[in-house]
Amino acid sequence: MTRGPRDKTMSIEQVVDTLEDGLTVGIGGWGPRRKPMALVRAILRSDLKDLTLVSWGGADVGLLTRAGKVRKLVYAFVSLDSVPLEPNFQRARQEGTIPEVVELDEGMFMTGLQAAAQRLPFLPMRAGLGSDVLTHNPAIRTVTSPYDDATELVAVPALRLDVALVHLNRADRHGNATYLGPDPYFDDLFCMAAERAYVSCEQVVDTAGLTVDTPVQRVLLNRMMVDGVVETPHGAHFTTCTPDYERDERFQRAYAAAAAGSDEEWGAFEDRFLRGDETAYQDAVRAFAQEQA
Amino acid sequence: MTPTRADVCAAAIADAFADDGELFASPMGLLPTLGVRLCRLTQNPDLVLSDGEALFLASPPPLFAPLSAERDVVEGWIPFRKVFDVIAYGKRHVMMGATQVDRHGNQNISAIGDFDRPKRQLLGSRGAPGNTVNNRTSYWVPKHSPRVFVEQVDVVSGVGPARARAAGPGAATYNDIHRIVSNLCVFDVQGEDHTLRLRSVHPGVSVEEVREASGCGFQVDGDVPETRLPTEEELVVITEVLDPKGLRFKEVPDQ
Repeated sequence: MTRGPRDKTMSIEQVVDTLEDGLTVGIGGWGPRRKPMALVRAILRSDLKDLTLVSWGGADVGLLTRAGKVRKLVYAFVSLDSVPLEPNFQRARQEGTIPEVVELDEGMFMTGLQAAAQRLPFLPMRAGLGSDVLTHNPAIRTVTSPYDDATELVAVPALRLDVALVHLNRADRHGNATYLGPDPYFDDLFCMAAERAYVSCEQVVDTAGLTVDTPVQRVLLNRMMVDGVVETPHGAHFTTCTPDYERDERFQRAYAAAAAGSDEEWGAFEDRFLRGDETAYQDAVRAFAQEQA
Repeated sequence: MTPTRADVCAAAIADAFADDGELFASPMGLLPTLGVRLCRLTQNPDLVLSDGEALFLASPPPLFAPLSAERDVVEGWIPFRKVFDVIAYGKRHVMMGATQVDRHGNQNISAIGDFDRPKRQLLGSRGAPGNTVNNRTSYWVPKHSPRVFVEQVDVVSGVGPARARAAGPGAATYNDIHRIVSNLCVFDVQGEDHTLRLRSVHPGVSVEEVREASGCGFQVDGDVPETRLPTEEELVVITEVLDPKGLRFKEVPDQ
C-alpha cells in the first residue's frame, strides 16, 4: 500500500472555524499585492473579535479595522499604492478605534518575523535607533554588543504569530506551494513565525505540477510549514496575483471611494460585496466589471 | 529648448546621485525616478537601478513604461525582502518623500498631530527609520511650504544627524542625510550642528521666497548660487527618452 503525506485541503469556512477571538494573525502579501483576501473576507463575515493583526498593510488592514475586528495592529505601513493612503485604516486611526498600534520600521518588521521563525526572543539591528518607533513603542528594548565595539542596537522582539494566512499561485494538497510572480514577499517567514499556517491558492495541482513549467526555486512553502490548503480562484482579488491577474484598479478605486465616503456609501459597498460568501463576492465583482466595461 | 522648473528639479536630483558610484539608487515618486534615471544616462553610468518592483534593470526605461523584452535587460533580482539586505549592506541611496522635514533633518511620513490620536494618519514610518541609520538618504518635496518645512516634525520617521548622534554610534555611524530637493531649492544638512543649509535656489526663486515658504529657519552662507540649468544633453534625454509625455509637469507644473 502506498503511503504519502496527508491531504490538508480545507474550505475557507473550515479555516476560519479554527480561529478564535484574541488570536494573533499574520497576513502575508505586501500592501495591495497577493493578499489572502478570500480568507480576510471570511474573517470579516465571522463573529471573530479582538484580533492582533500583523501585516504589511493593505485593504486587509483597512477592512478588518473598519469592521472593529482588531484590538492590536502591528504594521510598518498601510497603503493601496495607486491610492497611497488606505481610507479605512486612516479613519480608524483618526477616530481612535484601534485600541493598540505598534508601528515599526519595515526592516524591523521583517527582522521580528525572522526572530520568531528562528525561535529567538529577538534579533539585533540598527533600524529604529533615534526614531519615534522606539519612543512610541517603549516595550522595545535595546541591547549592547557583548564584543569590543559595545554598540547599542535595537533588540527587535520576535513577532510570534498564532496563525499565518497567505495566498500563492499554486499549491499541492500537502501544502507545498509556488509563487509565479516576481516577488515572494515574506510568506514563508509568516508561515515559519506561526503556530499554524494556512495557504490559499489559485489552483491546487499535483505535486509534480508545481515544477512542471517553472523552476523549483519558485516553490516557496514546504509542507512542513503548512497546516491547511484552500483552493480559492481569484482569492487575492482586488490585490495582485501576478501572473494570474493584476490588481483590479477600478474595483480598488470604488473601494477607496466608498471607504472615504459617508457611512451610507460604505454601507452600500458592504451590502453589495461583503455580506455574502466568497462565491457571492466573486459574482458581484463580475457584475461590477460588466457594468464598468 | 528652454528648461522648465521640473527639468531643473530633475537635474538637481541627478546631481544628488552623481558621486555615488556603484550603488543601488532607490527613488520614491515621479521626479526622483526621473532624476535618478537621468543621472544613470549622463553623470553616473555605474548607478544600479530597479524597475521599482523586483528587478534590477541594466538600462533605464521611460517613466511608467511597461517592461519590454526588446528594450529592457534584466541584470538582477531585488524583491522586497532583498532590499533590506542592501539597506543593511549600505550600498544604497534612497530618495524618499517627506510630509514634514525639520531644521535638524528629521522627516515624518507617519502621522500628523499626536501619534496616539492623529489628526491625519499617513503611510506609517515605512523604511525611513532603517534607511536613515544604514544608507545615504535624500528627500524630495514637490510643494515647498511652511507645513512641510517645520520647526519640529510631529513623528520622527527618518532620523536626522543630531538625533542619530544622540542615539549613539549604532545610529550615527552610517547616518548620511545627503540632499533635500524641493520645487524651490536644494538644502543639505551641513549648517551649524548639522542643520538645514541652503545650497542653491532654483532659477527665478529668491532666498526670501524660500524663507517665506518655510516654517523653520535654515542657514544661508553668503550669496546663494542658482541651481544649475540642465544641459542640452540632459534636456534631450528628459524630453525624448525618459518623459516624452511630460508626466513631470503633474508634479512640478510649468510656470
